[in-house]
Formats: sequence, C-alpha cells, structure tokens
Amino acid sequence: MRLTQGTFSFLPDLTDDEIRLQIDYALTRGWPLSVEFTDDPHPRNTYWEMWGLPMFDLQDPAAVLDEVRACREEHPEHYVRVNAYDASLGRQTVALSFLVNRPSHEPGFRLDRQEGRDRQIGYTVHPYATERPAGRRYASGGSGDGARSNGHGG
Amino acid sequence: MADRWSAGVIPYAEMGYWQPDYEPQDTDLLCAFRVTPQEGVPPEEAGAAVAGESSTATWTVVWTDRLTTYEHYQAKCYRVDAVPGVPGQWIAHIAYDLDLFEEGSIANLTSSIIGNVFGFKPLKALRLEDMRIPPHYVKTFQGPAHGIVQEREYLNKFGRPLLGATTKPKLGLSSRNYGRVVYEALRGGLDFTKDDENINSQPFMRWRDRFLACMEAVNKAQAETGEVKGHYLNVTAADMEDIYERAEFARDLGSVIIMVDLTVGYTAIQSLARWARRNGVILHLHRAGHATYTRQKTHGVSFRVISKWMRLAGVDHIHAGTVVGKLEGDPASVHGFYDVLRRNRYAADPSKGLYFDQEWVSMPGVMPVASGGIHAGQMHQLLHHLGEDTILQFGGGTIGHPMGIAQGAEANRVAVEAMIKARNEGRDYLDEGPEILRAAARHNKPLDMALSTWGDVTFDYASTDTVDATPTPS
Repeated sequence: MRLTQGTFSFLPDLTDDEIRLQIDYALTRGWPLSVEFTDDPHPRNTYWEMWGLPMFDLQDPAAVLDEVRACREEHPEHYVRVNAYDASLGRQTVALSFLVNRPSHEPGFRLDRQEGRDRQIGYTVHPYATERPAGRRYASGGSGDGARSNGHGG
Repeated sequence: MADRWSAGVIPYAEMGYWQPDYEPQDTDLLCAFRVTPQEGVPPEEAGAAVAGESSTATWTVVWTDRLTTYEHYQAKCYRVDAVPGVPGQWIAHIAYDLDLFEEGSIANLTSSIIGNVFGFKPLKALRLEDMRIPPHYVKTFQGPAHGIVQEREYLNKFGRPLLGATTKPKLGLSSRNYGRVVYEALRGGLDFTKDDENINSQPFMRWRDRFLACMEAVNKAQAETGEVKGHYLNVTAADMEDIYERAEFARDLGSVIIMVDLTVGYTAIQSLARWARRNGVILHLHRAGHATYTRQKTHGVSFRVISKWMRLAGVDHIHAGTVVGKLEGDPASVHGFYDVLRRNRYAADPSKGLYFDQEWVSMPGVMPVASGGIHAGQMHQLLHHLGEDTILQFGGGTIGHPMGIAQGAEANRVAVEAMIKARNEGRDYLDEGPEILRAAARHNKPLDMALSTWGDVTFDYASTDTVDATPTPS
C-alpha cells in the first residue's frame, strides 16, 4: 500500500529540489520547519520522533534540506515528514506537513473488527509494522532509537 | 416632547427611533437593513420604523413606556444611505443596546431583530444585510464545537483544502449500496463523504442501518490508506430526542463527525453544538432552506448574517458557496461569507457586502464548505476564491467519473495537491491552472479522464444576490 498522510502523498515523491521549494515557501511565510520520523504510521500516531527541536532560527532552505537528508540517511526505512509551523495568533498549529521518505516496503494496516451486540462493530486499525518491536520494523537499517540532536534546536 | 405622549399614532422618527446624531457604543449591536419603503414614506421614517418595530415600539403611543427607561431600550436608526444605482432602496443603520438580548441565545436575538418587522406594511421589502456583533455579546456564545484548527489537528490534515463528496443518488440507495459509495470515495482519496440534507430515515434506508454501513466503509478506507476519514452522519430528525439518539449512536460507532440541517432551527443547532463539544464530534451544518430567505436582494436575511449566527451557535462546518459551481454565489459576496466564517477580525468592506468591522475575540473559525457543481478542472479557481481552509465537495465530480468512484476521488485529490504544490512553489497558479492540471494528469489517468469529461464545465449565470457597494463611512 501507499500511505497517503501528508499534503502531497498523491503526487510522485518529491525530489530534493521540490522539497527545498516547499521549505522556501514556509520560511517566507515565517513558519519554522521541523523534521520527524516514525516506524508506526498509524493514522492516530500524532507524536512522531523529533529530529531535534523545531528549527526556529534556521532561515536557509538549503540548511533545512540538509537536516532532511541527515534524518533520511539515519532512518532510511522510516517514514520521515517535514512540518511547517504557524505560531500566529488564531493558528498556533501545523501549517503544512508532507512526507519526504518512506520505507521501501509499506505493508499497511489490518482492520480488526470486534463484533458487538445489535450489529455494532468496534474497529481497530492495526499497522502490520508494529507487530515487530520498535527499531526492528520494516527492512534492515534505521535504529529507531528516538530523537537525536540536529544542533539547531533551542 | 409633550406630543410624544399624546394618544394616537405619531411618526416613528418623532418617537426617538431616528437619531442621526447618535454615536454607536462599543457594546451596541449594529444592523444594516436594506429598506424599500412604500411610496411616500421618507427613508428616515422607514429606518426609524424598522428600529421601532424591531425593539420597543408598537403602532401607537402607549403610556406604559413611561414606566421604563424607554430611551435605553429603543433601537436607534442613526444613518440612512441611498443604495448606489438602485432608486427606492436605502441602507438603514440601526443600533441596539445589548440589554435587548438574552445572553447566548440566537433564538432571542433573531426573535428581536427579525421577529416582526419583515411583515411591516409601510415597507415594500426589507433585508437584513449585516450585523455587527459586539465582542461582549460574542463572548456569551459557545462558538464552534471545535473550529478549524482543532479539526485539522484531529484529522491530521494540514496545508490543503479538505475534500468531500455527497453520496448520490440522494434518495433510494439501500444502506449496503450507500456504504459502497462511501467506501470507494474515501479509499480513492477523499477525506470526507456526506449524507445529503434530506437523507434522514426513510423507508428505503433507516438511519441506523446507514450509520452501520457508513462506519464499516469509513474504517475500511482508513485501514487502506492510513489516513483519518469521516462520513457526515446526518442526525436531523423530528425532535431532539431522536436527534440525540442518532448523535450518540454515531459517537459510539467512532464517527469523527455528524451533521445536521439548518431546518432543525437555531435552538436545536445550539443544543447539538454543545453536545458536539462535550462528545468530541465535529458538527457539520447543511444550510438546507436558506435560499428561501437569503437569495433575493430586496427581502430576507443575507447569508453573511446567517454565517455569523451559525459561528456563534457553534457549528464546525457550513456550506457557504462555491463561486464557480451550480448554486447561487456571487464572488464578492462569497468572499465576504468566508471572511465572516474564518477570520478573527476584519474591517468593513462594502465591496464584499461587509458593512461593519467585526471582532471575534478569538472565537474559533468555521470551516466553509463548497458544494454543488464543482469538479477537478476548476481547482485553480477554487483555491483562488476559497483558499486553503475550506472543504471542496465534489459529489457528481467524484461519483460521476467514467472510471469509477475511487478514480473520481483520486482525480480530485491529485488535482488539489498539484495545485497547492504549484502555489507553494511560487507559480501563478490561477493563470497557469489548466496547464498545472494537465501536467499532473500526465502521470495520473483518473485526472486525465476527469479533465476530458468535464473540461471547462461552468455554470455561468448572473447572480441574484450581488453586492451594491455603499460608500465607506466618512
């Protein structure tokens, strides 16, 4: 399957040049970027691991792209996403979020049904990837051991 | 003022309802009415009559006024402007003291302002064009159960308009077939599907069966895509007991969203909005019936006022026009509705029909929904007119796709993502829109088919409800 979370999942995977243009767009709007990765793509898994802190003070798109590349190199078999954050009053939330890396094989999800009374069914979406312990999901590579400093935080 | 208390009928303007020197207070609720007086009725008197009939007055002098601080409760018409280019029509500005209204009650607000006066004989026609709600009054309402920001976080969807489709045909599908449409549209790429306004609980499909079928479809699509999906389960029913029963069942099945029709009335909507916030369920409002009183320019209530009331009442979504689709929607007016629904504050802008500044004091925004005769080939125009915080609903434009429903959904999703990407890359997406879509269609067959099927289908009719820009206040 192809996970379709993120703003651009129905388009061909973005090239680095295309990623840089999106980063550039966010920076010109005053939105700091951050990079996150996970090996649990459950749609309700909100808190992916942070690749360091949000890059509040980084204004150079090329430098942000370097962090994307570094995260991808460290976690080639994880999902990696770039978030742009809008801190303005009334928003104070993510403004843009798109995938920049996927595992080479995406096994997807199983739908579990718990049959209840009166024909009601309780549903659970189960990522096949999480059948293995964190760090040993998907193919070889990626340690999945949590966040690492990118040197641009705080 | 001795004459003021003589028994009999005296002009409203002489009873204190016409006060050209009145300075509106920050706490006043202000209204702009389009007034079409009968022949021979001067505009100031017509405005004063509206002020009177929507506040304290009756047709004759009553001595019991003198038992009250009546000046306080009298609405005051403080300005009357001729509508440019339209003889016989005026915009009357009227101020109401906040004490006239019950806190947090749309029913009371509307019974006061539009309760009687629209049938008043000395006027040929009357339209409530806009209403400035003072922050003091705004703060007495709950407001949207979630609002745009919380909805996006809940759905984990950012940076693009959301996509939806109304299940078609509206009537006659069994629950099993209905769920099929939902499943195909969601797995294909839409975020939401929707019951139509008149899908409640008819003999061909009862509500409980529909809810079960739709939630099977929603969950299956979530598992196939890894995305949060939703179907607006319409809980509209004959009474609040049934509405709550249906809403609770939707919640128990894990639906992220329910919907209700405007026809249930303001009080029912406020009740359901409170329920929706308590239960963590997004509330979608279909504006069923609104055009009976919003469309004609001379008589009724403008949709920008309905939008304000519904933001106060607490819905999370509301249908607010498409500009380019099959239903009424003059671009300037629709831009005005979207400002009313989404912005935290804005200045008066007569070119959009916004007569007053409005301050929402951080009340969350309502997600406007664009629905009715739109398709993927218009994506650049939709994004240009409606922006990013909107839900684009392609019913026919999904289900009518020649390759199938899922492919129709995919075409819409590819089109919106391609357009957002191009916009963010700094391209002139409005001008280059058709080219951007064609380029995206080169690696996506469903979009290619959508473009060749619907091409540049538009509904190019003159709008009925357009803006007559009045001069800005000096």
